[in-house]
Amino acid sequence: MSDLPGDLLYTKDHEWLRREDDGSVTIGITDHAQSSLGDLVYVELPEVDQDIDEGGEMAVVESVKAASDVYAPIGGSIAAINEDLADDPEKINSDPYGDGWIVRIQPSDSIDEGALMSPDDYQQFIDDLDD
Amino acid sequence: MGSKTPLFDKHNEAGARIVDFGGWDMPLHYGSQKDEHHFVRQNAGMFDVSHMTIVDLSGERVRAFLQYLVANDVAKLKDPGKALYTAMLNADGGVIDDLIIYYMTDRFYRLIVNAATREKDLAWIRENAASFDVGVVERGELGMIAVQGPNARALAVSSIDSDYRDAAMAMKPFFGMQAGDMFIARTGYTGEDGFEICMPAADAAEVWDQLLAAGISPCGLGARDTLRLEAAMNLYGTDMDENISPLEAGLNWTIAWEPADRDFIGRTALQALRNSPDRQRFVGLLLEDRGVLRNHQKVVVDGVGEGEITSGGFSPTIGKSIALARVPAGDYDRATVEVRGKLLNVRIVKTPFVRNGKIRIDIAGETQ
Repeated sequence: MSDLPGDLLYTKDHEWLRREDDGSVTIGITDHAQSSLGDLVYVELPEVDQDIDEGGEMAVVESVKAASDVYAPIGGSIAAINEDLADDPEKINSDPYGDGWIVRIQPSDSIDEGALMSPDDYQQFIDDLDD
Repeated sequence: MGSKTPLFDKHNEAGARIVDFGGWDMPLHYGSQKDEHHFVRQNAGMFDVSHMTIVDLSGERVRAFLQYLVANDVAKLKDPGKALYTAMLNADGGVIDDLIIYYMTDRFYRLIVNAATREKDLAWIRENAASFDVGVVERGELGMIAVQGPNARALAVSSIDSDYRDAAMAMKPFFGMQAGDMFIARTGYTGEDGFEICMPAADAAEVWDQLLAAGISPCGLGARDTLRLEAAMNLYGTDMDENISPLEAGLNWTIAWEPADRDFIGRTALQALRNSPDRQRFVGLLLEDRGVLRNHQKVVVDGVGEGEITSGGFSPTIGKSIALARVPAGDYDRATVEVRGKLLNVRIVKTPFVRNGKIRIDIAGETQ
């Protein structure tokens, strides 16, 4: 059983979001997601300043097994990307909520938190998937 | 729920992630596919391959039957225990399955064929065996464990009956022997040394525990696939199938053209293709750009044509992506592969990519 960080919001696509003080939002994939994907070997990242729509393809994470798209949970412009992932994609496996962050988005609109899950709700969501 | 091997409970004990493979519930990995890959290249790993199909053939005319059934010539097998890798073909020269044949005695040969092709293989063998009066017996009661890696044989030998240990260690590559209730072969699907050990299903869990205690790490189908890809060993259903001849799957070396009067199934079709200048090449690719090559991606050869990746993935040993691909005829050593709308640069390299723990390709490459 993984402990979900309490200060994050979660999506049904197994992404997490953290609101930063400057109004930007840091995004990564959850421990459940990295565990399902297996050892990551390559991450394709967007360009900084690129505009992205909610639900648009934001990154691709490739494990030894397969390639998976990561969709933008919110719309906005890419404020930063985790360039360390180019040489060390396994950071997503080893530290999904920390050094394994993927992008930071400057949201174009206010965030609809109703569409996101609290840690408890997300825990329930993945427990139900495992049944 | 699929079929379960005698080691299914052992996989769960070891924390395996179980997936369906050709109707079998098999371990994909036990935590990290990449770590398991490295265990095999650097030390010793073991795979449950009990889902593989073992078929014993017997009778006065069993050799004549096999000379008709497969593309290689079992007459090459002179020493008892010697093994041969080859393919069974249909009349069009397409591959029904690839297999290993062990010559046990003049009246007894053992075949090991794939799991996912079990039913059609057995039907095909039985259909063709009838006129040779050859007995066909599937040995479904046997389990099988592959131990692979530079230290695999030395670590595994203690699980063999002490009367047979010296003989097992002295056995040359690509031979098999009966050792009490066990059948042991110095074969594998990883590009490393090792044994494939068959035993009665009831003994499989005990042997697994002994191998585990000896320091051999359990490895899943995930690592098995990256290991065999690095070793450039074909996977049936992926690199070849009934519509692909061995000539277009890099298996020329498994066809015995001599003696010219040996009539094997598919020979006429193969002979025509052998002389065709348009015959596709089967090559190894090394990705020079960042990314990962995957099955079915399109290979584009500028000014020549297009081909397809049959097996692609990330090579843990090399740290880059590699692939096997079927590409158009022609003399060229560079191509591109379409990955999510972009063309990435690949170089055609001589396979295997990795063998016996060592990288065999020139990674830097000479630019021309």
